[in-house]
Amino acid sequence: MSTRLHPLALAALALGFAFLYGPILVLVVYSFNASRLVTVWGGFSTRWYASLAADGALVTATLVTLKVAFASASLATVLGTLAALALDRRGRFPGRTLFTGLLVAPMVMPEVIIGLSLLLLFVALGVDRGLWTIVAAHATFTLCFVAVVVQARLATLDRSLLEAAADLGAPPARVFLTVTLPLILPAVIAGFLLAFTLSMDDLVIASFVSGPGATTLPMRLYSQVRLGVSPEINAISTLLIATVSLGVLAASLLTARRG
Amino acid sequence: MTKRFGTVPAVEAVSLDLAAGEIFCLLGPSGCGKSTLLRMLAGFEAPSAGRILLDGRDLAGVPPHRRPVNMMFQSYALFPHMSVAGNIAYGLKQEGLAKAEIAARTAEMLRLVQLEGLAARRPDRLSGGQRQRVALARALAKRPRVLLLDEPLGALDRSLREATQAELREIQRRLGTTFVVVTHDPGEAMVLADRIGVMDRGRLVQVGSAATLYERPATRYVAGLLGDVNLIEGRLGPGGAGQARILDTPLGPLTGTDHHGAGEAGASAVLALRPERLRLAPGSEGEGDGESLPATLLDATYLGDRILYRARAADGRVLRATAPAGTAPLAPGEAVRLGVPPEAAALVPA
Repeated sequence: MSTRLHPLALAALALGFAFLYGPILVLVVYSFNASRLVTVWGGFSTRWYASLAADGALVTATLVTLKVAFASASLATVLGTLAALALDRRGRFPGRTLFTGLLVAPMVMPEVIIGLSLLLLFVALGVDRGLWTIVAAHATFTLCFVAVVVQARLATLDRSLLEAAADLGAPPARVFLTVTLPLILPAVIAGFLLAFTLSMDDLVIASFVSGPGATTLPMRLYSQVRLGVSPEINAISTLLIATVSLGVLAASLLTARRG
Repeated sequence: MTKRFGTVPAVEAVSLDLAAGEIFCLLGPSGCGKSTLLRMLAGFEAPSAGRILLDGRDLAGVPPHRRPVNMMFQSYALFPHMSVAGNIAYGLKQEGLAKAEIAARTAEMLRLVQLEGLAARRPDRLSGGQRQRVALARALAKRPRVLLLDEPLGALDRSLREATQAELREIQRRLGTTFVVVTHDPGEAMVLADRIGVMDRGRLVQVGSAATLYERPATRYVAGLLGDVNLIEGRLGPGGAGQARILDTPLGPLTGTDHHGAGEAGASAVLALRPERLRLAPGSEGEGDGESLPATLLDATYLGDRILYRARAADGRVLRATAPAGTAPLAPGEAVRLGVPPEAAALVPA
């Protein structure tokens, strides 16, 4: 089998990647534009990055986003791992298939519907909307990603390792802490990073369930863009892209690692 | 003990007494229930009925982590995220022993299995033989009353297996721990075991030393499991267990010994004859003691320590007989007589 790509295939590949990443590349390049006009190149500069720090509203939104992402990812990681453990039990329990379906459904559910239904729920319960309602909403829709990643890891785990630990005198909780958890930890961390990045770049659900004083970065960007694109937006977007890419990259490295 | 999965019995009414300090082998084909029996002893499966007594204490309801019994897994099940020493010390840590005590016992185990230099290695950087030793050391570190071994040599290649068998015996002698070994390899069971329990379709068919199983098989299955055997079917004459009885076969009446009760008079039974116990003599005249069968020699195979002859009997069946190497070889086509000594012919139910 030849490892060389046919020139046409190579061209198709280049076009495909250009289509996917061209716009992002343009955005990143223009974030280093010295000119105030977004579409006119005025030389290299990092002035927009410097002016970001001075934009109080943007800094606040960034902090809110990080807080929400951290809290919701932590919550989703704990709950998603527990769900994966429940689904992995060898003995099938009644309703296991239904439970799996219900757990994975949010992955394909339109975000608008998740956002709207959560909003209705929070209103019906009389919960004041703010940072914590976003956390709860994000944990809800990122939980399934954690569960899927952790479950994939659990499926490859040799059962006899857990039996060996029990055989050597470890009660069930200690088997989990000393054998199961260390062995699935890469998947758990990968799940956390996925949940973190998903929460960071969510706009739709956050817009539905947020309240006064809890504006996330994507919400802030969206509202600013409606008034016109500023070079600052390019800069903050570039930072956002970098963070998310790092998170996803780390997550995939952790899942790919063996042993 | 009985264990059923759904309505399918995996282990059916097995009753077994282990002597302290012995190596007991459970021998049988895959799916015969031997592993299920072992897992019940370890506590991973609960018996559907019956009891497991260790020093008079019933273990049936006791979870695996509270049983004074340890298991060596077929896959070894070494913890990949711990070093060799970490694996061996794992069980000791669960007992809450002092650090110094754990270190001393771990070092002692490493010495026992001759892995002193590899304490810090990870299991994935060990050879198959080394992994097997770590698994053994880890299971023995807690000084269990009974050690359960599930196909302990199954993953090793042939040359390594023989050396490891001897080593396993040696370690068991030194520690005096009772070993229960599950294996599907009759040769391995014969080398390792003080006593062998043969299992077939969930039942314990026969328990005894290798010699007993070989010379006095209780069933046709046991006779065929250990070594080569000639089987001649027929109808039983009068008599009972412990007696010499006549079996009416297509080759004429033959006398065999009924060790375990082969059945009522008139029932069909099988005469099991080891090839090395058939007395091969040239010529067509009988020799007098016991029955002898006329046959025509088909071929001779020189096997180094013995010569294997195949001979066609009067009804056309082929019987196998061996003679020690060095005896004058007989030529194919020659008429021979196969002497059947009654004490070496075992009668088993058909």
